[in-house]
Amino acid sequence: MSETHAQTVGFVRGQMLPPAPPPVGQSGPIRWIRENLVSNWFNAILTVVSLFVIWWLLSSILPWTLNGIWNAGSLAECREIRDARGLESAACWAVINERWLQMLFGFYPIDARLLATLFYSEQLAAAGGVEAIFGAGADSTARIEFVAQMRADLGNTIVFFFGYWRPLLALALLVVAVAPVLYGNLPRKMLWFSLVYLFVAFFLLWGGSVWLPILTAAGFAASFFLARAVSALSGALLGLLAGILFFLLFFFDPLGLVGLDLGLFPVLPHLRAVLDAAVPLGLSFIPSDDFGGFMLAIIIGTSGIVLSLPLGIALALGRQSDMFIINKSSIIFIEVIRGVPLIVWLFTASLLLNYFLPPGTTFDLLLRVIIMVTLFASAYLAEVIRGGLAALPKGQYEAADSLGLDYWKAMRLIILPQALKISIPGIVNTFIGLFKDTTLVVFIGLRDPLGLTNAIRATGEWNGIYWELYIFVGLLFFIFCFFMSRYSLYLERKLQTDRR
Amino acid sequence: MKKTLIFGAMAAAGLAAGAVSAGTMDDVKARGTLKCGSNEGLAGFAAPDANGVWNGFDVSLCRAIAAAVLGDPQAVEFVPLTSQTRFTALAAGEVDVLIRNSTWTYSRDTDLKLDFKGVNYYDGQGFMVQKSLGVSSAKELDGATVCIQTGTTTELNLADFFRVNNISYEPVPVATNAEGQQQYLAGACDVYTTDISGLAATRATFENPGDHVILPEVVSKEPLGPVVRHGDNEWGDIVGWTLNLLIAAEELGITSANVAELAAAPTANPEVNRILGTEGELGAMMGLDKDWAVRVISAVGNYGEVFERNIGEATPVGLARGLNAQWTNGGLLYAPPFR
Amino acid sequence: MAAMSAPPREAFRLSQLLYDARYRSLTIQVIASILIMLLLVELVNNTVTNLAALGKDISFGFLWTTAGYDINQQIIPFTSQDTHARAALVGILNTLVVAVLGCILATIIGVLVGVLRLSKNWLVSRLMGVYVEAMRNTPLLIWILIVFAVMTEATPQPREFREGGSASMILWDSVAISNRGVYIPRPVWGEGSGLVVAVFLLSVIGIFFLRAYARRRQEATGDQLPVLWMSLGLFFLPALLAFFALGRPIGLELPELGGFNFTGGIQVRNSFIALWLALSLYTSAFIAENVRGGILAISKGQTEASFALGLRPNRTMQLVILPQALRVIIPPLISQYLNLTKNSSLAIAVGYMDVRSTLGGITINQTGRELEGMLLLGIFYLITSLIISSFMNLYNSNVKLKER
Repeated sequence: MSETHAQTVGFVRGQMLPPAPPPVGQSGPIRWIRENLVSNWFNAILTVVSLFVIWWLLSSILPWTLNGIWNAGSLAECREIRDARGLESAACWAVINERWLQMLFGFYPIDARLLATLFYSEQLAAAGGVEAIFGAGADSTARIEFVAQMRADLGNTIVFFFGYWRPLLALALLVVAVAPVLYGNLPRKMLWFSLVYLFVAFFLLWGGSVWLPILTAAGFAASFFLARAVSALSGALLGLLAGILFFLLFFFDPLGLVGLDLGLFPVLPHLRAVLDAAVPLGLSFIPSDDFGGFMLAIIIGTSGIVLSLPLGIALALGRQSDMFIINKSSIIFIEVIRGVPLIVWLFTASLLLNYFLPPGTTFDLLLRVIIMVTLFASAYLAEVIRGGLAALPKGQYEAADSLGLDYWKAMRLIILPQALKISIPGIVNTFIGLFKDTTLVVFIGLRDPLGLTNAIRATGEWNGIYWELYIFVGLLFFIFCFFMSRYSLYLERKLQTDRR
Repeated sequence: MKKTLIFGAMAAAGLAAGAVSAGTMDDVKARGTLKCGSNEGLAGFAAPDANGVWNGFDVSLCRAIAAAVLGDPQAVEFVPLTSQTRFTALAAGEVDVLIRNSTWTYSRDTDLKLDFKGVNYYDGQGFMVQKSLGVSSAKELDGATVCIQTGTTTELNLADFFRVNNISYEPVPVATNAEGQQQYLAGACDVYTTDISGLAATRATFENPGDHVILPEVVSKEPLGPVVRHGDNEWGDIVGWTLNLLIAAEELGITSANVAELAAAPTANPEVNRILGTEGELGAMMGLDKDWAVRVISAVGNYGEVFERNIGEATPVGLARGLNAQWTNGGLLYAPPFR
Repeated sequence: MAAMSAPPREAFRLSQLLYDARYRSLTIQVIASILIMLLLVELVNNTVTNLAALGKDISFGFLWTTAGYDINQQIIPFTSQDTHARAALVGILNTLVVAVLGCILATIIGVLVGVLRLSKNWLVSRLMGVYVEAMRNTPLLIWILIVFAVMTEATPQPREFREGGSASMILWDSVAISNRGVYIPRPVWGEGSGLVVAVFLLSVIGIFFLRAYARRRQEATGDQLPVLWMSLGLFFLPALLAFFALGRPIGLELPELGGFNFTGGIQVRNSFIALWLALSLYTSAFIAENVRGGILAISKGQTEASFALGLRPNRTMQLVILPQALRVIIPPLISQYLNLTKNSSLAIAVGYMDVRSTLGGITINQTGRELEGMLLLGIFYLITSLIISSFMNLYNSNVKLKER
């Protein structure tokens, strides 16, 4: 049988052949190119145009960038090096190399004492020890020379990590503090740290006595717990009143309004004086005028968004309220703030805010800007949160009502947690917008990164340098905003799948 | 009272500067630093180095005042002010003194409620053009494009000058000196106009300074000086007489090199003795101690030293003394007697 | 049936103000309005006290005093001897010009980029993606500065246009692109030019009638007219005929190099171009995202359904996709217009004389009237914003889906 078979059928394949690759034109890069780049004549033209644009951009930017000169003391030196190398154009990145710390932190003072003890102890001993240089009665001119020499010897990287540990630590803790807000998986208890962080950041950045932030936090906490304790005993109204009264007495001097001056209120400064005398703890105080650079943008942007959250929520609820006055005043506030450009508000903060305050009070400019930016952001946040409130199914409101919850309980336990959650991408986007807008503070004389480019250009060495500085500042902002916006996209996608 | 009600906590935080009391001097002493309103950056006059230390001609006057009042020339906080915000900031008490190339004019002195306490630099508005244009007088600039810093007196002077001479021009307003320089160098304007000191400082940083000329016309008087708030006369005295001290010290030959020696014992010149506190109690009349002048001179030097160090002919800015020479040398610097 | 007894009449008690839902909202509103009043009184009071302490008053008289400064871009004539009020008006017009032109250009670029970003062409869509991300994630101010610097550095100086210079005018010597701006020809209206314009306007109106007629005809008979070609003909031919018949009454004044600058023609200044371009490019990235989102929001079934009905792709776009997508696109588009208008206040960075630079800048600086000046400035922007957003509300209520 097998023989006949062998005769009739010349060959039977015992094994499957491995699949042959598709024809050359139907696979691999060629197919990909055909489908994605030249599927028809119009696409082909587009591809050619795009290729030309890319080539044109790269050919005009890349040589300049890559031939950049990284080590020079001044623009003139850069030009000499460039001519010596026979290059037609070359970026002078040396300015970034020399000044990047300034672009990041402005004139925020470095912790020279720490740097000297850690890395410069021999020279410090030679100069007469810590107290001889950094002590109270030391010669300030000698100190400045010593610090300048030390910075030159140590190099920018060491100065970055150890000289600026305060803002860096504040930034690192910021990441920890926003994590529970942005990632729902973390334990809710971490939100408490987010609250505490406000005071920690203030202490790290501005310094001064440690007791001020501690007492302020304690005052808030005490008013809150007092209100709860009293309301458990004798009703919500009395509890609220007790809380408010304690708060006023602790932070303000309400009796002063009626002319009584007991000298006892506000309580806070007295407590602080006692504690400062008993346990003097703290960091060196740094005035707001020294803040600058990218750090300033982060501080203004972050505090603007964080501080405006409560006001933004209140305004959003107010705008949804059916109480006429509340509703209309919320709408007026939101529309007035949103209708006028931020730069006008900033000029208002810088030129006019002092007129609106009680006679004799002045804030420093940074604080005024933060107040203004907070008001500004709150109007935008209110609209974002209103969107979140509107997006909740009506059933949620009805369910809360049918459970017999009153307005505040319904909001706190049912509506707001959900509404805020779906508003987070919007809030992040508002933050990105606000963060980019912080560059406008240059017009009122704050030293943001762009303002520092002006200051750097004003020195004889770097006069006449533009592109390198603009590109550096632009890149810093781009990197920060790009990752934020990617994150907000990711959140949006995550939230969408949740709801489907 | 109200203030404590609302801003008690803020003031305690040190963020609100608290009351602008009548006594700026007391504020400064309590704070331990002098808040000096300064330029955001103008080569030779005020600019920060890589370590954030400010240097310059105006900066030296700030340091001199700090040395007089606080005994420490480094105890100065420099608050950068734009030309738009400077006077408001001073009036609101954000700075103790404004030393930012501000022109002493009638309306600023009266209407804006400010006090100019002397002149630390006599300037005038001039024009800079490229040599290749072949222009030798500002009156030949008919139809030219002129770069000008907005928010300054130069804007008004410029309009007046061209209107009076009945020639046309096209203004290109720029926000900062750096921007004006960029526009001018790129040829976006034919003429750059600002104070002559600023023109010289700007020209000094060009790749080829020789290709540019400053035209002979000086179209305005620009006496630049320190400004304080109206009404605080004690503080005004200190600012004014610190400036006078620098000028007088140059006239009398007191320098940072010889001040210690001169102050050690009374010299033959009674005015030097009075200034340096070896004779009389001049310092006490202003509420300072008698060594204040010694501290100032040893910290920053006399006017001539400050000038030569920051903007003099040996520096890149390369300004000649000109009007800013001592009156004995044909200039306008004339300090009232210390008596 | 027993008569219902009347409900017990409750005497009004004070605690009802707090605990009775009927009265509570009233209580809250009264308290809120008192607090708001107090705040306002406090603000006004403080302002008055502070101004008095500085020896200032509130007066708008400064608006009628001589401005003393010059403005380069003037839509209405202005000299340094005019009043501050007129300077403010010049500034307002400049703001509006850059805002309107910016909105137009931003829409064109934005739609183009948004559509190209959806292109199947991998390279193009990536390139557009990079463009959008770069624009959206870098502050506008930096873009304005960069565009301005490019305009200044990359274009030739007017003197380069002289004999032997490296630059030359384009379009038959009628347009000069220099680093002081672009000089374009200015039309000179001769005798009879009014007639040409009238003919042109009439033919434009005629086009509308033609289209209406074509549509009626199509609905009645099913025949289609070549509307596009007829419209184009109507657009150009009558006006051109009139133009030549009347002996070319409209001439062109070409820019010419004379003295320091070009003379003649219209100068479109660099500060304007830089601001305009930067605003448009920046806003276009946001518009592109709106457009993309709008088109993606229309489900694929709509396209398939319309193909199934036999509509060609461009008719599908025109009749099915766009009308639905526009509903999604236009509200955020208008709020982008609003942003662009507000962002035009960054003109200060390039020295464009908008209302913030004239009224809110030089005028305040020269007169020391910051309170009054900022107030007027704020009111101007507020009114502009309200007008734009009322357009949006109008549109929204017109196209709102009638919910079932």
